[in-house]
Amino acid sequence: MYSRAYKAVISAPPLLWVCLFLLLPYAIMFAHSFWLVRDGFLVHQWNLQNYRALFSNPLYFQVFLRTARIAASVTLCSLLLGYPLAYYLSFHAGPRKELLYQLVIVPLWVSYLVRGYAWKTILGSDGVLNGFLQYLHITHEPVSFFLYSPFAVVLMLTHIYTPFVFLPIYAALEHIPRPLVEASQDLGADRRATFLRVILPLSIPGLLAGATFAFVLSLGDFLAPLLVGGPSATMIANIVQSLFGAAYDWPLGAAISVCILLITVSLLFTTERLEKRWSFK
Amino acid sequence: MTSANSHQRSPLLTAYAALVFAFIYLPIVVLIAYSFNRDGVGGFPPRHFTLDWYRQLFSDSAIWDSVINSLLVAAASVALSLTLGLLAALALDRASFPGKALFRRLVLLPLILPGIITGLSLLMFAVFAGMQLSLLTVFLGHGTALISVATTELFAGLQKLDRAQEEASLDLGATPWQTFWRVTLPSLKLSLIAAGLLIFTLSMDEIAVTFFLIGRDNTLPLEIWGRLRRGITPEINAISTLIFAASVALIVIWYRLRARTVGAQAQELLEHP
Repeated sequence: MYSRAYKAVISAPPLLWVCLFLLLPYAIMFAHSFWLVRDGFLVHQWNLQNYRALFSNPLYFQVFLRTARIAASVTLCSLLLGYPLAYYLSFHAGPRKELLYQLVIVPLWVSYLVRGYAWKTILGSDGVLNGFLQYLHITHEPVSFFLYSPFAVVLMLTHIYTPFVFLPIYAALEHIPRPLVEASQDLGADRRATFLRVILPLSIPGLLAGATFAFVLSLGDFLAPLLVGGPSATMIANIVQSLFGAAYDWPLGAAISVCILLITVSLLFTTERLEKRWSFK
Repeated sequence: MTSANSHQRSPLLTAYAALVFAFIYLPIVVLIAYSFNRDGVGGFPPRHFTLDWYRQLFSDSAIWDSVINSLLVAAASVALSLTLGLLAALALDRASFPGKALFRRLVLLPLILPGIITGLSLLMFAVFAGMQLSLLTVFLGHGTALISVATTELFAGLQKLDRAQEEASLDLGATPWQTFWRVTLPSLKLSLIAAGLLIFTLSMDEIAVTFFLIGRDNTLPLEIWGRLRRGITPEINAISTLIFAASVALIVIWYRLRARTVGAQAQELLEHP
């Protein structure tokens, strides 16, 4: 029903824009990863030195492992908080459901930076938590290990991604046909069995989507370590950021970025296939 | 059958959900409370109420300059990503061209990609193209990355659209152009507003992409970031509280609009079934 001219007019502008400002920049980043810096200048000489450095220097591998561990912890914690919350809202909240749903959404609109900053003021050695503990006479001196640790990074990122994990799980739970749940109960399954054998399997696609989101975005985060993590929580994106700043080695930074990009894309691809496999049609 | 399992009592689960809510809201409450504390951020409990930090904030011209910069970038990003996102959603919905699946993935990629990748690739592009870093490059970054949000939202809107109305318009002699302005666009009004508000807030708040594309003029988040490096001051609590209030106001406006539009549609349906 749509003419060829109409189709051309709607397709051409976004296609051109995306090629120019998304595809081309990725291509330039990819090209950079095969160049090198000599005497403080970028040299356009094709080589594999950056990737070789990445795989031969154990430092990068260690930081990468730490990053993966932090991202996995964030994912796990967000699921442990987000899933029961979604389950409660979907099956037990009754008439307050809509209001509670909005209450989960509101913090999504609150700045990432603002929430990170709030944790910094809570966890600091002269922060609110220390003040609280001393007020209750639980401790008598400021405790300094709350802030500037991998724990603080996991806490902050979990706080940020819990609502993001909640959303797709809640959507999946809401889509479960209620007669299925009732049938399970009518046929004698108790609540636990109904959850494990009906509700949980049907919510797997939502769970996977939320988990992927939290994992991938934590994997590439560099602000939380700068804000609350300190040196012991340096993540892979911090290395990239310093290579693009003071350390001035764009090609090596680009090579790490390409690795992050490839990991992200392959994770998305895997999740997509798993989601299809688990989706209920 | 309606509430056989929607009202089951489960005190343990209820308590757990309450705890999760407490965790989500604790930092926000602390942040707001300490913006009114005379003795600054820290210590417990906050003792002396004051508005001094807000007074200090209102006479801080660097902050307000950065607010204006952020508003400019956000408004321009909304215009750009809504326009391109609408076209992209239309193209995905009704055109077919080689590489369409790839195009869809590419458009949506910035939504799930860590900001550092988008920011750095655009930085390298800007240097490659000989562009000076400025608010313009920041706008380019926000506008391009947020096309993903507009496309998702508007594509969902298009899926719910009644194609018969467009067909009727075309059959009755309207040009595709007229049909677009008088039928397609008005029925997408709600999705357009939702996407616009979301893009606006996301742009106002963006820091990971902006970090690499900023020139001399700061946006609000980068101004706050710069101050954080120098130490904590309750002035940041005050501006954060105001940002929070503005976000909540936007959400309320959105619900009002939605309620009104849905109400109007329902009424129309009743009058002209």
